[in-house]
Amino acid sequence: MTGTVTLSQAQPRRATASLSVTLMVNGAIHDLFIDVRTSLLDALREHIGLTGAKKGCDHGQCGACTVHIDGRRVVSCLTLAAQAQGYDVGTIEGLQGVDGALHPMQQAFIDHDALQCGYCTPGQIMSAIACVQEGHAKSLDEIREYMSGNLCRCGAYVGIVAAIEDVAARTQG
Amino acid sequence: MQPFTYVRASNVGDAVKALSRGAKLLAGGTTLYDLMKLRIERPERIIDINHLGELKHFDTSGERELVFGALARMSEVAADAGLVRDYPAISESLWRAASQQLRNMASLGGNLLQRTRCPYFRGGEPYACNKRDPGSGCAAAEGLDRGQALLGASPSCSAVYPGDFAAALVAFDAEIDVVGPGGERVLPFEELHREPADTPQKETTLEPGEMIVRIRIPVTPLGRASTFLKVRDRESYAFALASAAVALEMDGDVVRDARVAVGGLATRPWRARAAERLLIGRRFDESAARAAGEAALDGAIPGRSNAFRIELGIRTVTDALMTARQRA
Repeated sequence: MTGTVTLSQAQPRRATASLSVTLMVNGAIHDLFIDVRTSLLDALREHIGLTGAKKGCDHGQCGACTVHIDGRRVVSCLTLAAQAQGYDVGTIEGLQGVDGALHPMQQAFIDHDALQCGYCTPGQIMSAIACVQEGHAKSLDEIREYMSGNLCRCGAYVGIVAAIEDVAARTQG
Repeated sequence: MQPFTYVRASNVGDAVKALSRGAKLLAGGTTLYDLMKLRIERPERIIDINHLGELKHFDTSGERELVFGALARMSEVAADAGLVRDYPAISESLWRAASQQLRNMASLGGNLLQRTRCPYFRGGEPYACNKRDPGSGCAAAEGLDRGQALLGASPSCSAVYPGDFAAALVAFDAEIDVVGPGGERVLPFEELHREPADTPQKETTLEPGEMIVRIRIPVTPLGRASTFLKVRDRESYAFALASAAVALEMDGDVVRDARVAVGGLATRPWRARAAERLLIGRRFDESAARAAGEAALDGAIPGRSNAFRIELGIRTVTDALMTARQRA
């Protein structure tokens, strides 16, 4: 889509289809007029200004773009923005309480040193919250299995698993 | 990515009408949108079928059959308590596939139609690919073939059919209900996918304009003593190097009935009836399981660097059968 177009690649210009999309993100309504090809990830980052969800692979393989749709974790890079209209989109920016307090999972990631560079962290945290809510954090093996869609190239996995185990233990009592 | 028009379908009739005019159906989008970014898929029109509520339901409590709407999500079906208890192979084939994020998105019908992960197919124009560009050749024939199919390949294509769920469906004699411009018809699941032969671009027997609306599995006592075993380069979130969906029904130590299917090794979902015949009526032990594994891989043709997956496939079937025996 970007880069230099050589003459041999040049084609008659066709009208790029755009459409109006209304997205509900973290409880706020956003009316957008966007290229139909726009992913939910690009809509969040480039059009709404919420840059917490990260673009890693852009092919659903790394999990850095994980957000919630109606409370379920999905990869926003493989979701068309248009598909998300009518649903409740949740991102890392929507986690903190009205008093500014961190979400327990955010605090646990700090407490357990569950990050190094931090690039994968918003996706890890959104995935981790869903992992606990789904009831898939009942053992270390289960946490590892159900968090396998979030890659961390710094290798902070030990801390990530510990953070989730900690929150799960407190949540499930 | 090529621009397209986006429309939401409000009923199956709308979807079929658009489909027969060349639109692509969008369900989870995890295959379609991915391949559009790679410019492998270039639809001009997309019809979003995610709002067809009647296709989202599934029911595992029936006395005759299990029924799954084509839009049921992989994660929800995988977690169904009845399925986990009575058909562990089906549940395992779903939760061992992809990641939880992708399973939350992907539909059962879309999963069945997911395209191959062959790197030369996905790699696009620099590589010859008869599936993507018929007649252009096959880059895998002279290229890296570690992940290519050992069963069902042809000189024109050795791309692996990548789905896990399909291995369980083919083992349990599933049927699919298909709706097209001419109405509804029933198709044995085993007849959905084709071997590549000399037309690898034709992956299924669906007619133009037909969509899968339902998947049905006959109730069988084989379900309880079943398992899906998947061997990969890493322990989770990877496609299979070899997998096996197996089920046993025992009469003491003797096998009354058996099901064996393999995945990750073939160009299409692969039922291994020779392995089943070998087991039925025989006293079950590890050597019987091994013999079934060898029968399942009979006819496998290795390339330059994938021969290890023959022995891997044999051992995968063997281990899966040993697990199923423990559940019988």
